[in-house]
Amino acid sequence: MLDALTVTLSVAALALAAWCGYAAFRDQPTKDWHFIGMAVVSLLALAQVVVGVVRLAGGDKPDEGAVIFVSYLLGALAAVPAAGFLSLGERTRWGSVTVSAGAVVLAVLEVRLHDIWGG
Amino acid sequence: MGEPVTREGAAGSRARLVRGPGLLLVWLYGVMSVGAVSRSAYQIATEYDRAPLAYTLSAVAAVVYAFITYTLVRGGETARRAALVCCAAELVGVLVVGTWTVIEPSAFPDATVWSAFGRGYLFIPVLLPVTGIVWLRRSRRS
Repeated sequence: MLDALTVTLSVAALALAAWCGYAAFRDQPTKDWHFIGMAVVSLLALAQVVVGVVRLAGGDKPDEGAVIFVSYLLGALAAVPAAGFLSLGERTRWGSVTVSAGAVVLAVLEVRLHDIWGG
Repeated sequence: MGEPVTREGAAGSRARLVRGPGLLLVWLYGVMSVGAVSRSAYQIATEYDRAPLAYTLSAVAAVVYAFITYTLVRGGETARRAALVCCAAELVGVLVVGTWTVIEPSAFPDATVWSAFGRGYLFIPVLLPVTGIVWLRRSRRS
């Protein structure tokens, strides 16, 4: 379940990055549809936090320790909403670039999460 | 983002640095701040003796990132100059620490944020100050 979520989130994050990158390429700010995309990715990240914490509570031990694991889970949860929030105040292509960068950060965090968990 | 009203009121009178490409810059500096601060805090708290030099240098990087993020968000001419000085210091730091880790790896049992010019962070640490300096210099003219 956790591995499936990690893979799904990585793919979804890269798709969001490409989508917002395309909007930036076309000189467009983030629009409603982009925010729906961000919401979907954020919900997946929230599900990952829940599943991760449940696994920890169930006695599973991440390879690199529970503190680092939870920190990365929270970072992954915050990345896209934070970038989306910033893009609200920047109604130009640079808002889209920032969300795209936020999604790339999330994808990197997912790769690290995979290592930390030891999958 | 606890005091949106007062901060917006204050920032209105200063030249904004967080606009256009500046937004991407402040986002990346913010991410690097969170990453470097939490990483060095954790490593210093749990395993400082293993690689004191590396973890101290990571903490220095964390302080620099946090300060630059703050100056960018604050805006204004003084903050712009302060950020410019810090970006220059950051660039020197990345180059010195990066070169140091390549030449004498034995001094670093564990990696720092700036090891091998920030390879562990997709080389963002060496690209960020250069981009920052370009942006901050351009912000003066506009």
